[in-house]
Amino acid sequence: MNIRNLFSYGFLILILGLVQILFLKNLAVFGHAFGFLYLLGLLILPSTIRTIPLMLIAFCIGFILDIFFQTIGMHTAAATLFAFLKPTWLKVASPTGGFDEAEEPSLGQIGFGRYISYAFPLLFVYCLAFFTADQWGTGGFFGILSKSFFSALFTLLLTLVVQLLFFSRKRSIS
Amino acid sequence: MLRIFQFLYRVRAFLLFAFLEFLAIWMIVANNSPQGAAFFNSSNEWVGNALKKQADVVQYFSLVDDNAALVEENARLKQDLMALQVRPDSMPLVIDSTLEANFELKGARVVANSLRFSQNYLTLYKGSKDGIKPGMGVFNSQGIVGRVKSVSENYAVAFSVLNTNLLISAKIKSSDVFGSVRWDGGNTSEVQLLYVPRHVKASKGDTVISSGFNAVFPEGILIGKISKVEVNKSDPNYLALTVKLSTDFSKLNYVYLVENTRFQELDSLYRQSDLINEY
Repeated sequence: MNIRNLFSYGFLILILGLVQILFLKNLAVFGHAFGFLYLLGLLILPSTIRTIPLMLIAFCIGFILDIFFQTIGMHTAAATLFAFLKPTWLKVASPTGGFDEAEEPSLGQIGFGRYISYAFPLLFVYCLAFFTADQWGTGGFFGILSKSFFSALFTLLLTLVVQLLFFSRKRSIS
Repeated sequence: MLRIFQFLYRVRAFLLFAFLEFLAIWMIVANNSPQGAAFFNSSNEWVGNALKKQADVVQYFSLVDDNAALVEENARLKQDLMALQVRPDSMPLVIDSTLEANFELKGARVVANSLRFSQNYLTLYKGSKDGIKPGMGVFNSQGIVGRVKSVSENYAVAFSVLNTNLLISAKIKSSDVFGSVRWDGGNTSEVQLLYVPRHVKASKGDTVISSGFNAVFPEGILIGKISKVEVNKSDPNYLALTVKLSTDFSKLNYVYLVENTRFQELDSLYRQSDLINEY
């Protein structure tokens, strides 16, 4: 990972964070499905980044979002869990022999089917953790489950749209 | 010994994960206790500034509606004022403590508002510099909005009524029966009125107002209208009343803050007599 890549990933995460804070903050489809688009920044970080730095990055991003969302700790807890599971899950979901070292798990690089089977379970776990923290003791289990499922679906849709529209085929960040 | 260190080194990722999760959960718990101090939130100056910039743009589009609401309220206040004005030959009224104004009002602008979570908060563009204190009530011309949680120099964070941690003392206007209003985390236009005994005759359409017992809100601030009357399933001694909120939380731009100037006195009296004042 060279310095240029580092900047482009930083820039991508910054833009996604801004979009999340400015536009997606009070958006919920049918009051049910939330869009956590900023997770795209964590999803497509290359597989060369190990668990520990990834978790620290996720912790910081989640914490900054929490301050803006008034949900102290919730995004942080969920994003840390997300980052903890990501490298392991990437290994499980990758083809035998693994990805190339420098390869990043984005739509253009790993294809439609594999991207969905890689991203959706991670997003679902994230949403499950987030809504469990949010509705602790107030909401029913099925409420949390259905909210998580539809939020994960909506987030997946958003990440697909963003990657199709703004990412060039060859390189992830144009 | 070496084995232990080797083992710890091998599971270092998990250990860090456990530590970070512990930190996050501690933050959730510390932030959600109603009395606990909030460490990081949008009453922070930088965050408040960023949110205000966003509100500057977004609120521009609702100026027409805001002005219309203000004109309407002005007209109503003028009408009330005319009825109150003392005529020159009227009998002088002795002002005693029952008639003295106990409440001070301040206006503030809402720069951030959430309604999609189960703990929702508002950020207001007014802070300790303008005399805002934690515990002040928040309402607007439509009805009740919330209660201030913490303040910084220029910003304040308030619990929204749409926060499952906030209880507000309320009563049914027609029968004077009181209970507590609390949101159940579901529909953002409805709250629950709790602790109303079963013998009370409550009917659909009854107005629910603040009771004035809790020293945060003056009596008579509108909360909403009863939309559903049922018997509480878990405790059949009480009714389960659903109240349709009069305040539209998706369109909050300006609010009033109310301070009870007798709060100190009341609070110390409660402490003396060992009563716990529910806010």
